[in-house]
Amino acid sequence: MAEKIKIAQYWGAGCGGCDVALLDIDAKILDVHAIAKVVVWPIGFDGKLKEIEAMPDKSITVSFYNGAIRNSENEHVAKVLREKSAVMIAFGSCACFGGTPGLANVTNKKEIFETVYKNTPSTDNPNFVTPQEHYKAKEGDLELPKFWDSVKTLDEVVDVDYFMPGCPPTVNLIAMAVDAVAKHVTTGAPLPPKGTVIASDKTLCDECKRERVEKGKRIDKIYQAYEIKPDPKKCLLDQGLICIGPATRAGCGAMCPNAQMPCRGCMGPTSGVTDQGASMLSALSSIMNITDKEAQMSEEQIMTMMMQVKDPLGTFYAFTLPKSPLRRIVTEKKRKG
Amino acid sequence: MSSEAQPQTTAHATGVKEPDPKILVFCCNWCSYAGADLAGVSRLQMPPYFRTIRVMCSARVDPEFVLRAFQRGADGVLVAGCHPADCHYIGGNYRTRRRIALLKMLIQQFGFDPDRLRLEWVSAGEGEKFQKTIIEFTNTIKELGPSPMARGDE
Repeated sequence: MAEKIKIAQYWGAGCGGCDVALLDIDAKILDVHAIAKVVVWPIGFDGKLKEIEAMPDKSITVSFYNGAIRNSENEHVAKVLREKSAVMIAFGSCACFGGTPGLANVTNKKEIFETVYKNTPSTDNPNFVTPQEHYKAKEGDLELPKFWDSVKTLDEVVDVDYFMPGCPPTVNLIAMAVDAVAKHVTTGAPLPPKGTVIASDKTLCDECKRERVEKGKRIDKIYQAYEIKPDPKKCLLDQGLICIGPATRAGCGAMCPNAQMPCRGCMGPTSGVTDQGASMLSALSSIMNITDKEAQMSEEQIMTMMMQVKDPLGTFYAFTLPKSPLRRIVTEKKRKG
Repeated sequence: MSSEAQPQTTAHATGVKEPDPKILVFCCNWCSYAGADLAGVSRLQMPPYFRTIRVMCSARVDPEFVLRAFQRGADGVLVAGCHPADCHYIGGNYRTRRRIALLKMLIQQFGFDPDRLRLEWVSAGEGEKFQKTIIEFTNTIKELGPSPMARGDE
């Protein structure tokens, strides 16, 4: 058999779930083993950054990068892997849209350090010692990555060939990607066009088996998932649970709605939309009930109705904040006048 | 560019010159745009810091449009539509008012003053209300100062 292809799997600001997901493909991992050699995978194998840096350009066939870009080390490795890889895949929601770590864009480095190294009840750090980027020890100079104010997505720092959303990407989608690469390597089948999102192009509702009973159904009250026991067959949104399905890309098999949990949107927006959060905000507003008394309602009453959504930013941008138009929070100056 | 070439730049008492506010106004085709038109043909005087975009219905204003406007440095966004019960499409404005309420909460979470986004009902006959709204809103935005996004703060 021909020389094995080389693959790399790396994690930035992620939780390790994506690495585990790659192992969840069960027997398919043998297909991977048959055609590929893993050159770096911090959670699974050894493999030093120096060795990667010494490799010729484009000598790694595929790099799977999971996790968002949170610090200088994440960005550096992303750039090295990009240089050394023929195909760069943003693996998982964090690499694609920032994911859960991306929600840190509602704060900044200073506040995060104050919470983590000072204000948590279990922390005893009277001198507020925080990680330093450089430290001169007797044994030599020590360095730590530079921590940034904002979380970035992988495609903000390097050119990305394919996107595999999901938290984590499901076994089916990984198998699809592995198959595509394996076919390309063994039979020379063409790869999908650059920029392809390896998932469905429809919304989750298309894949969800729950019944949308009444056409034009509107909801009066919004519930949190713990407040009600939803009807197991009917649409969750119809029952007042905020399910991000209408604004989310399909491809996951609607696992969460099948398990009675509303979708939180980890697959990101479909290709027709750039801002998943705004799209869901729009959809949700449209199904809030309208009565005969609407014309007499004041804007305050409407505000009270919409305040049932407790945390719009956290609800609508649970996985896509760094990819949203506003990216991160801003600070108003004091009001004049 | 010399300062003479920017006659609209407002000089404050502090001597610090602030750029003119940038206000984006979405007007629905059937009521508010006609209202704005009436204000124009009636020669009602208004501060000239707003740009109008005509949409078929206020409900055509996708929340993303508003967020994009703020992303690109708008200091304020005004959405104007038909009065409740007057919508050309029967219920478009009802959707709009729900969206704007939620958007106000959202932009506040993003750190913007929610007063930077305003919803107003302006009918085709209300040229004066359009003028009044623009004057009020421009004053609000001037009080708030430039958008934190436009300042380029991290």
